[in-house]
Amino acid sequence: MTAHQIIFYCLAALILITGLLSVTCPKVFRSAIFLLFSLIGIAGLYFWMEAEFIAAVQISVYVGGIVVIIIFSIFLTEQAGKETRSIHPVRTVFAVLAAFSGMILTYLTVLNYDFVESNEAFDLNIPRIGNAMVATGEGGFSLPFEVVSILLLAAMIGCIVVAMRSSISKPDEKKLTESITEIDKA
Amino acid sequence: MIPVSHILFLSATLFFIGMYGFVTRKNLITMLMALELMLNSVNINFVAFNKYLYPGKLDGIFFTIFIIAVAAAEAAVAISIIINLYRMHKTIDVGAATELKH
Repeated sequence: MTAHQIIFYCLAALILITGLLSVTCPKVFRSAIFLLFSLIGIAGLYFWMEAEFIAAVQISVYVGGIVVIIIFSIFLTEQAGKETRSIHPVRTVFAVLAAFSGMILTYLTVLNYDFVESNEAFDLNIPRIGNAMVATGEGGFSLPFEVVSILLLAAMIGCIVVAMRSSISKPDEKKLTESITEIDKA
Repeated sequence: MIPVSHILFLSATLFFIGMYGFVTRKNLITMLMALELMLNSVNINFVAFNKYLYPGKLDGIFFTIFIIAVAAAEAAVAISIIINLYRMHKTIDVGAATELKH
């Protein structure tokens, strides 16, 4: 077994164990920290696959962005130390069964498929990615790039609109009932 | 040399761990975290296919970049909705959001 293989299996164990802890840990903040380690393990796997650019994007967007806003929202909703409500044990059994049957089906499909691995060198230099992102011809990704930028703009505006406190408050029900009882008295 | 199927086994296991979490959790933030695990397992598949099967192309890398961008937008929208729900109900349990049922 070479060092290359040992590193892969160590990374796989890190990703799977912390991922499993992240979905089973009853405390919300702890499960966010386990998710952080799982995402770092996935970034390490990208480094192992020689996709350094994707690994850097993974660390800056997931580890530096998404996990931080998840932790912020845990603190904003005051759930940090609270244990989450657990579901009925029968439903847990069925969830495990569904996950295992899906896993076995996927394993069998992968085992029966004959992958033709190419021997070409995988060269991923960043100027090539940058040129392909704005190219419009063969092998260019300019249209999906534009679609994703418009989606991001729409999502950001949507976030601001949803999270904004509405200035028109709802009619206060307590005051309404008070005024009704006053009218009744009169 | 690791065969490509071992990387696919890893990503399939991670996907179904995420699915298990999505089905069993009742808290909206933990459901969002399980969803992030599922999206990441898909990204591993794309990079592995690009590296081992079509090393001369860039399609898998670009799909990964776009999935990461969409996941970031989705997480931001989901968290703004969760915080708004918390303001209305003082809880983020999925059972509390029943406005659209009736």
